[in-house]
Amino acid sequence: MLKYILKRFMIMLVTLWIIITLTFILMVNVPGSPFNSDQSSNETIKANLEAHYNLDAPYHIQYLNYLKSVATFDFGPSIKQPNQTVNDLLGRGFPISLELGLVTIAVAVISGIILGIIAALRHNGFIDYMAMGFAVLGISIPNFILATLLIQQLAVNLNLLPPATWSSPAHMVMPVLALATGPMAIIARLTRSTMLEVLTQDYIKMARAKGLSPWKIVFKHALRNALMPVVTIMGTLLAGILTGTFVIEQIFAIPGMGKYFVESINQRDYPVIMGTTVFYSAFLILMLFLVDIAYGILDPRIKFHKKGGE
Amino acid sequence: MKPGNELKTAHSPSHIPDDWFNWKEKDKDEAETVARPSLSYWQDAWRRLAKNKLAMLGLVFLVLLAIMAIFGPILSPYQVNTQNLPNQYQPPSAEHWFGTDSAGRDVFTRTWYGARISLFVGVMAALIDVTIGIIWGGISGYKGGRTDNIMMRIIEILYGLPYLLVVILLLVVLGPSLSTIIIALTVTGWVGMARIVRGQVLQIKNYEFVLASKSFGTKSARIIRKNLLPNSMGPIIVQMTLTVPSAIFAEAFLSFIGLGIQAPYASWGVMANDSLGAILSGNWWTLFFPAFFISFTMFAFNVLGDGLQDALDPKLRK
Repeated sequence: MLKYILKRFMIMLVTLWIIITLTFILMVNVPGSPFNSDQSSNETIKANLEAHYNLDAPYHIQYLNYLKSVATFDFGPSIKQPNQTVNDLLGRGFPISLELGLVTIAVAVISGIILGIIAALRHNGFIDYMAMGFAVLGISIPNFILATLLIQQLAVNLNLLPPATWSSPAHMVMPVLALATGPMAIIARLTRSTMLEVLTQDYIKMARAKGLSPWKIVFKHALRNALMPVVTIMGTLLAGILTGTFVIEQIFAIPGMGKYFVESINQRDYPVIMGTTVFYSAFLILMLFLVDIAYGILDPRIKFHKKGGE
Repeated sequence: MKPGNELKTAHSPSHIPDDWFNWKEKDKDEAETVARPSLSYWQDAWRRLAKNKLAMLGLVFLVLLAIMAIFGPILSPYQVNTQNLPNQYQPPSAEHWFGTDSAGRDVFTRTWYGARISLFVGVMAALIDVTIGIIWGGISGYKGGRTDNIMMRIIEILYGLPYLLVVILLLVVLGPSLSTIIIALTVTGWVGMARIVRGQVLQIKNYEFVLASKSFGTKSARIIRKNLLPNSMGPIIVQMTLTVPSAIFAEAFLSFIGLGIQAPYASWGVMANDSLGAILSGNWWTLFFPAFFISFTMFAFNVLGDGLQDALDPKLRK
């Protein structure tokens, strides 16, 4: 187990290093200097600015500086927003994005599993078809389109919910719904198919033969094994939800990290782009690592098999 | 006398008269006849796919969409980017079947142009993924040992990179255009395909017919090409069908955060993004048509992929 964790940890570090280096290489190769667009500045001011941001140093020095600043979690100031450091933006946006993300995951996992179980128990029945039809729709409709449809129907036409911003639970309903539907559909389909497989196993027949109640069979015996594949795709789902927050926060005008990220892309605010990318990646890679470890703990067979060697 | 009565009393077969039986000669030719026409793997897969109504619905929709993407713009008297401001926000009518948008452009024409772009991005991304994935996965799985170890480590590391973040990063630097979007989508997109191909190759390379091939002195490249790949086509095709919608989604997503296809091209994502403001004023059709086509195309590819998965899996054969 320890060896497995250590190996995953090493891979995590390498992945992290690659994304940090990649951001550096790409940003260095952006044509022109970030100060070119400032028409007011003359050559001396530009040179001074570049010296201030260390942009005139040779690449390897810049790279080392960059690594040092990333390691100390200092991403420097924003170029386009005066008196703001990247850390300010992250500090302000992250709690909001985290709240949105956590609520979304909770909604997606709980409702997805319940939907999957019901569909499996009513296999080939009306409820099964309804649930799976709903799931295919959920996978097919992109979150940003669902978001705009929700705004149009629930906020504009019916005037039920506030259309934007982030201040009360009512404000959360539409963004969470838009963001959670896709992952929920994936979880529901996965739970259903593994549940169907597990329900035909001998130990379920055994449990039935003992006279256990159907609910006890489902929750004590079947669900535990049926959830293993759900754990494996949690990493991918997390990545999807995280990138989903970029557009959802933009559409609903939620002042989270995703909104700053999209703004920085449109304004070509390079330090903010680099900082948020590295932060997002580090967060995601850490989550993937934790999911892997959780999987290793939950599934005792993993110890004897090499991961990735399916 | 009825035969039934006879049987009650007669316990020995010898009591049954011989003329009750029709003696049939053993027909050696007929014994080897195959009653039903033999089906190749692909014929069988097609037969099973055709039974799956949802998958066929998806297939028919995609064929129609491809036809409209090619001929749709020709059918329409309007140009894709001709602006006609006095004519803005016309609801769907006989002149403008899908209405007009904020700049008075014909949504019908733009929808089929968008189909061209979206399908092109999706299909190209899938094809490039397949090409790299097959080469990488094929070599990695077939060679095994050290080569496989190194190649798999690289895949594991790339797999951990957040896909859309890398795409965004590349597009910020390269600048969004049709070719850079396809490049960005495939830089890490091929990894999933490579894993699938490797898994298949690992399994198939131990079969007897591969050993037979090897004992004839066939070269590795030929074994991969002639023995291993044709037998792993099933999962590869399924993965391809599922790559197309995710690429279409990614392209629409990028348009939404300002990194999509730039004018004069119009993709569905760009159209949906442009009409965000319009829905608040009730001009629903500008959003509805691109949104409908993005969703239904993804739906069609997803159900087709699901159907293919069942149809191409010999274990599920009935």
